[in-house]
Amino acid sequence: MLLIYCPYCEEERSELEFRQAGDAHIARPTNMTEMTDEEFEAFFFLRDNVKGLTYERWRHLNGCGRFFNAARDTVSDKFVTTYKAGLPKPDISTLRPATEATVETYEATESNAK
Amino acid sequence: MADLIGADLATRTLPLAGFHGGSGAASLSAAAPATRLSLRAKPDAVSALSLALGLSLPTRPKTSASAHGRHALWLGPDEWLVIDENGADMMGAVASSGVLHSATDISHRNTAVIVRGRGAEVAINGGCPQDLSLGIFPVGACSRTVLGKAEVVLFRTAEDTFRVECWRSFAPYVSGLLNEAAEDAGN
Repeated sequence: MLLIYCPYCEEERSELEFRQAGDAHIARPTNMTEMTDEEFEAFFFLRDNVKGLTYERWRHLNGCGRFFNAARDTVSDKFVTTYKAGLPKPDISTLRPATEATVETYEATESNAK
Repeated sequence: MADLIGADLATRTLPLAGFHGGSGAASLSAAAPATRLSLRAKPDAVSALSLALGLSLPTRPKTSASAHGRHALWLGPDEWLVIDENGADMMGAVASSGVLHSATDISHRNTAVIVRGRGAEVAINGGCPQDLSLGIFPVGACSRTVLGKAEVVLFRTAEDTFRVECWRSFAPYVSGLLNEAAEDAGN
């Protein structure tokens, strides 16, 4: 079971208490009425879907109920760090996203399973 | 207007009325009816609300405050569950606080199962992944969390006793799951 550190509860809790809530740090336009449909589409629907380090909003739904941000590696599913909503992106150079070599693949961990 | 003389008056049926279960290691019983408040407020209103409620609202995660059968449980940075076992009118109390807050009477939305015994932790861990060992979850600790498919609020009232608050519509599921897990906890 994945453990996620909630910055408000200040401890690690089971993933069962959390919900993912989309990308973090999206700059919402202030001139929405003047935007073209294409610009609105880009803001509203289009996301980067990166392979590797990504910044997401998460909600501790069945805990303190707060939204917070997380830096997570989409390859390994590992949480690099979590931080309170409203705080700036943490410095990427201090975070170490997992590489292909550190990813726990099925073959590496379960290959002996009969 | 209908003549009410001699009519049968409606009686309230409590969720989990008469419920008893569990095992020798973890006994289960339904908690007595209580008044409950879902309270939300910003930090600057905490002291006035504490004064109105007669206890100090906790501001640290997973902590609670108790006084005279009234318990304030920290649920989130601006959210508390306040339980009064004496059935006192807490809505009136917080309304007189004079500060901005949101209070909702949830006395009848929630019900509670009391889990007691040396196997209480094991019984709750049957459906809840939280670490309930005494060092991590001491007496007085509380937390909103999950029990199987239901959301519950755990409150440790003694070393071997937990109060498991759940929505009344989840009560049959929560009590049933705890009953199964209590049997697994041993006799």
